[in-house]
Amino acid sequence: MDKSLDWRETIITAVIKTCGYSAIVFVALIFFFLLREGLPALGEVPLADLFSQRWYPTENYFGILPLITGSLIVTLGAMLIAIPFGIGTAVFIAEIAPRWTREILKPLVELLGGLPSVVLGFLGILVLAPFLRVFLDLPTGLTALAGSLLLGGIAVPTIVSIAEDALDAVPQSYREGALAIGATRWQTIWRVTLPAARSGVLTAVMLGLGRAIGETMAVMMVTGNAPVMATRWNSLFMPARTMTATIAAEMGEVANASVHYHVLFFIGLVLFLISLAVNVTASSVVFRSKRRAERVLS
Amino acid sequence: MNRHLTQRLGFSLLALLAFLTVAPILGVVVYIIAQGAPAISWEFLSGFPREGMRQGGILPAIVGTFYLTLGTATFSVPLGIAAAIYLSEYAKETWLTRLIRIAIINLAGIPSVVYGLFGLGIFVIFLKFGTSILAASLTLSIMTLPVIISASEEALRAVPQAFRTVSISLGGTRWQTIRRIVLPQALPGVLTGVILGLERAAGETAPILFTGAAFFLPRLPHSPMDATMALPYHLFVISTQVPEMPFQIQYGTALVLIAFVLGMNLIATVIRSRARAKRQW
Repeated sequence: MDKSLDWRETIITAVIKTCGYSAIVFVALIFFFLLREGLPALGEVPLADLFSQRWYPTENYFGILPLITGSLIVTLGAMLIAIPFGIGTAVFIAEIAPRWTREILKPLVELLGGLPSVVLGFLGILVLAPFLRVFLDLPTGLTALAGSLLLGGIAVPTIVSIAEDALDAVPQSYREGALAIGATRWQTIWRVTLPAARSGVLTAVMLGLGRAIGETMAVMMVTGNAPVMATRWNSLFMPARTMTATIAAEMGEVANASVHYHVLFFIGLVLFLISLAVNVTASSVVFRSKRRAERVLS
Repeated sequence: MNRHLTQRLGFSLLALLAFLTVAPILGVVVYIIAQGAPAISWEFLSGFPREGMRQGGILPAIVGTFYLTLGTATFSVPLGIAAAIYLSEYAKETWLTRLIRIAIINLAGIPSVVYGLFGLGIFVIFLKFGTSILAASLTLSIMTLPVIISASEEALRAVPQAFRTVSISLGGTRWQTIRRIVLPQALPGVLTGVILGLERAAGETAPILFTGAAFFLPRLPHSPMDATMALPYHLFVISTQVPEMPFQIQYGTALVLIAFVLGMNLIATVIRSRARAKRQW
């Protein structure tokens, strides 16, 4: 064999291997830089102050609790919308819709996934918020609820596509078995197909949740940006401020290496750890069910 | 209640849910087209903003988004495809490979604003690129990487094993097999993944907020070290930061942005369906 081929092969293999590991390197780098810029916050702001209820950086109040509760309430509202609509649509597409309907619905849901969130935020300001203000008779439409509605829409495509894949992966024989013993298609869906796909559906919900917590622009534009504690049920109808929106809105104006700068990175670190937890849990659910499937098949 | 009646009610309910999910999507697109179309003119597409952005065109934002997309492609396409080749053609199922997969899933889940922080920390400050097209493109590249890797790997794996076996048995090396046989066969799928990844990059605002986006620039950027205007950031600016902004320019900007993004989406869909029709395996 040609000698030059030999070393070329070696070099290319090495390059490809290195690129293969890049994802690990990047996750590690992101974690490292968030730690590097965010951890100093713990030294500069006493822990009790950091987890207090007042966020007012210009007066040196760095309590991140209002931001955490803000993220929680907006996300909670979003999931209340996205779970029924997302799973309902996924079941409809995978189990019920005739072929032509499916061919229309799927690209439309993908279209929603492709819409930039800033466009949704823009329509949120001009259309959704004024509508909510009049419809619910609120002092302002820029509320946690407006954020939840947009976030629900943003989480739906994620939930639909993953839940639909999970339903598709359920062997046809399961359905045939249920139908053969006299179950209706509806009973088959609820008692056989959905339970069989539950780990995938759970993954879909987890990843939708991850999308919702991490979403920035749309939320920042429509939630009214008031860092108040969301403690009561009606907080949903008042302005709120999420962790992501706080970083996006304030990072542009802070001095490098100031306390405020470090605290914003610390919030980023919290977000990173949340997304890590969500995704590792979601992927381990998939792995576990796969192993179970292998055990069943072998 | 009769179980067949239950079924009919249930099916209707799910159909309604699906309809309520997709109707607003169509509504959004149609509404933006209807409201934005009157703003579109040659001057709007090729002119600079005037009167505090309340008049004139959005050329610097269009060009900026084009540059950012191009810059993102420069880094993420070779890296992403190489990583996909590694996962599909070289990697064995070891714990390290599983770690790579978990890392990819995590990269896909990291909030976009956290990418912005990371880009600020490493590219703008640590590597001293400043707020620049380079820093923003690198940040967007890492964000799009998981999309490109996953889609490309799927496309590579879909190529039948027999193709590889035949090539190797004819004396081809592993790399020759990949480059001449596997990659060309997987190309449409890889391209689709690349375009979908870049589409995300073109529409993102949060990662470029502190890494490369400029509020207003009276000229086009000259080099990768310049900051730039960008369509999504510009839409954010004119809908939240500029008082008394004419609606028409806002809707026009939104229309150009979704045309850019959905145009890429359309290209990806066409490539995918044409390749599917032509495929012989």
